[in-house]
Amino acid sequence: MSRYLGGKEVAERIARLLPEAVVDVAPQWVVVDPTKLLAVGRLLKDDPELDCRYLISLTAVDRIDHFDLVYHLASLAKNHVIVVKARLLDREKPEAPSLTAIWRAADLQECEVYDLMGIRFSGHPSLRRVFLWEGFAGYPLRKDYLNMPGGVKPGLPLFPGVRPDEEGAVDG
Amino acid sequence: MTLLAAWYDIRDLSNAVTHLLEWVGDWGPSWLVYVLSAVIGGAAIFGFAAAGALINSWIERRAIGRFQARLGPNRVGPFGLLQPFADVLKLMLKEPLFPRLLERWLFVLAPIVVFIPAVMVFGVFPFGPGMTFVDLNVGVVYVLAISSLGVIAVFMAGWSSANKFSLISAMRVVAMLVSYEVPMVLALLGVVVFAGTMSLSGIVVWQQQYHVWIIVLQPLAAAIYLIAGTTELNRTPTDIAEAESELVAGYHTEYSGMRFALFYAVELVNALAVSAVAASLFLGGWWLFGLDRWLPGWLIFIGKVYAVYGLLIWLRGTLPRLRIDQLLAFAWKFLLPLAMANVIVTAFEVVIWVEYDLSAGVVLPLFAIVNVALAAVLIGGWAKLMSYRFERLPKRALLVHDIAVPATSTPMSTEQV
Amino acid sequence: MADVHSEPFVINLGPQHPSTHGVFRMRLTLDGERVLDMDMTVGYLHRSTEKLAEERTYIQNIPFTDRMDYLSAMTNNLAYCLAAEKLLGIEAPERAQYLRVIMSELQRLANHAMAIGAFANDCGAWQTPLMYMFREREKILDLFEMTCGARLTTNYVRIGGVSFDVPPEFVPAMTALLAEMPRRIEEYASLLTENEILLARARDVGVLSAADAIDCAVSGPMLRASGVAWDLRKAEPYCVYDRMDFDIPIGVNGDCYDRMVVRLEEMRQSVRILEQALAQMPQGPVKINVPLAVRPPVGEAYARVESPKGELGFYLVSDGGPTPYRFKIRSPSYINLTPLKQMMVGHNVADAVIILGSIDIVLGEVDR
Repeated sequence: MSRYLGGKEVAERIARLLPEAVVDVAPQWVVVDPTKLLAVGRLLKDDPELDCRYLISLTAVDRIDHFDLVYHLASLAKNHVIVVKARLLDREKPEAPSLTAIWRAADLQECEVYDLMGIRFSGHPSLRRVFLWEGFAGYPLRKDYLNMPGGVKPGLPLFPGVRPDEEGAVDG
Repeated sequence: MTLLAAWYDIRDLSNAVTHLLEWVGDWGPSWLVYVLSAVIGGAAIFGFAAAGALINSWIERRAIGRFQARLGPNRVGPFGLLQPFADVLKLMLKEPLFPRLLERWLFVLAPIVVFIPAVMVFGVFPFGPGMTFVDLNVGVVYVLAISSLGVIAVFMAGWSSANKFSLISAMRVVAMLVSYEVPMVLALLGVVVFAGTMSLSGIVVWQQQYHVWIIVLQPLAAAIYLIAGTTELNRTPTDIAEAESELVAGYHTEYSGMRFALFYAVELVNALAVSAVAASLFLGGWWLFGLDRWLPGWLIFIGKVYAVYGLLIWLRGTLPRLRIDQLLAFAWKFLLPLAMANVIVTAFEVVIWVEYDLSAGVVLPLFAIVNVALAAVLIGGWAKLMSYRFERLPKRALLVHDIAVPATSTPMSTEQV
Repeated sequence: MADVHSEPFVINLGPQHPSTHGVFRMRLTLDGERVLDMDMTVGYLHRSTEKLAEERTYIQNIPFTDRMDYLSAMTNNLAYCLAAEKLLGIEAPERAQYLRVIMSELQRLANHAMAIGAFANDCGAWQTPLMYMFREREKILDLFEMTCGARLTTNYVRIGGVSFDVPPEFVPAMTALLAEMPRRIEEYASLLTENEILLARARDVGVLSAADAIDCAVSGPMLRASGVAWDLRKAEPYCVYDRMDFDIPIGVNGDCYDRMVVRLEEMRQSVRILEQALAQMPQGPVKINVPLAVRPPVGEAYARVESPKGELGFYLVSDGGPTPYRFKIRSPSYINLTPLKQMMVGHNVADAVIILGSIDIVLGEVDR
């Protein structure tokens, strides 16, 4: 099995060089300050012990009151995976630094996150909406996409054919 | 050569025509004989070309299907034999589209300009002894010159379609066709030097006279002609014009309906023409070691033509496509030196033969052995020279059993938050 | 002689195209034949799978995963079910694990047959290799149909196991297939790897160095062809891959030819794994009963498998409800497109098509 490094381990290593970067620690991931993401990324890539030169996945989760940017990083040479998160508290115009300077793999994945979640990445060479088009109303993966201002409801109802007052018929 | 010389002798169809024309000449004016001979010959040539196009279409699709482990078309008629008719019917019923920006006159003329030379070239082929429509004494030059006219048509088609893809394709095709003319001419020059005549039926008679197929004496020329001919036909492995993935259909993308049918038919008719030239010059035409005394000569000729055509189909079904720069490099750096070497050696051999007045029975086998050895050495050696750069890297993957850090046996933690 | 004025022009390999493997649009800026710049547009097949999955239960989401990379549905199902099982903390029974491995490797064979065939098709070999490889692919798809009723969108691997046990005619059919596969693969190898024209077309075309490959997070045969020895079946053995003995092929040069050769060799290794799996498979149940609207505890899980295209990962976040809170697909085809521009610039137009073909993308996975 690849080792999934625990949050404490990674937090310790990060805190050694960038003490105020770590915001929160969980058993499986580390939460860092979004403004320090570039420094943390470079540390994670250059550190000989962590050696995270492979960016597996870059994604975002909409947690109603804030956004969570989730980075899965791996080291092929040492065969371990670490999970780094960053909380973006601004709901209207979330912004984070782009990590394309560190890992080129972030290029397309940040475009996807921008397209579907609306998080802008500053410093990205060509941030654009990949799947949808420029001018698309809203950002679909957000949780409030179904209730857009003006009463627009572009999404599906919960289950087609189910009356809104029913339980949603999940135990079918 | 014992021909019955009667009008019903099907071994020499020109007999019937000659008798007919004599009969007409008895009662009619002389210009009628002349016009009638032209009409009959022209109709025969055109009929052969058109029938060839239809039959080739069926043969090609079935043969390519069999090469690819599948059946070809087999729904329309028994064994799919009516498929070409169905295709022609469909293409005739299509709407002729004219994109707004194209050059109207060039667009309309291009299929005509490409079709006429394709049919005209059949006029000099010796279908049998005495069965040549027009027995020019510069037949080889005529064939090469007429088939070069197709280049103009290709460029007209590509330029007049208001389409960047067509233009790219047309320019590539012109470069390719022009480059491959040179080795083709030199290859045929070798044959002409041996036979001493440029008339196609004369070359066949020469082969009959010396009881030899020129392919044995000129293997290098045959190989070069076959490759150059394949390229002149825009067939795989050199079909960058129409089948290159990014060019959709190349210079005839914008054509639809009967115009496209003409382009497609011309490809098949040209294939037949190249095969016919190869069959006449290299494989002995209508002569088959005396068998043509019983079998009709034109049957033997058609058999040989379709044998060579089968070889062309085989090449198409097997090989991938070359890139345009590789193609041009192949023509100028590989085929041209080989063709020139062939011409030089052939010239020396013929001079030795004529000057010292040697007997053909002694000298021709010797030439055959020398030429075959030379061909093998040249092709093998030059090919090795040009492809040595592929030898530096392995052609198989390396196998690795374990990755750098093997997986640990401890499972990862499944603690929840 | 006056200098000939020339300017670069843009051609559009549009969404409808014989050889862009789906609806993929590339705008190439050309100077004559050479590519100067490339701009790609994806999204023609975007079906908002991630959003739709947030409104369906975990079991209802399994058919969605089929349709992503529709050419290798089994591994898609498997990755998702592994992630869901991680969330739930359950493990499938042993026979199910073996069946999952068997189906994954069969899927790998079918996928690589199509990938190599399509690549040879792009090189111009007029579908002959494709048709030959489709013979074997048809037999594999027949096996799938025998087992779960569908050829492409199989919906076979479920949370807690697999959906059905294999019927009795499966094992003889598979044994027959495995008996003739090595000979067939040798036939394809001899037709393709020694072919000079293919060498001339694909050698040194689209070279990706190992450092670039790791930086761009490519995975799968593309990463291995660049010389990086990394395979998730060895690094993080899921199901019963740790009991299988096989090698991973790596390339030397990182060009299109190496990718094709790596895929060919992976087919051979798949046959090896299949023989071992078939021999070792125990009897037993094939499924753990999971409730229809299962509510996993609050948490998240990331599970990844070595799909034929690369590293396919699912990141599932659960909030305790019956539907996933976040359903993120780490799709290998999309991320493998990252170095596309770098590989293409400087080559010919004809090479551009071949490079795209060698990455082996499926637009369903790129766009989700």
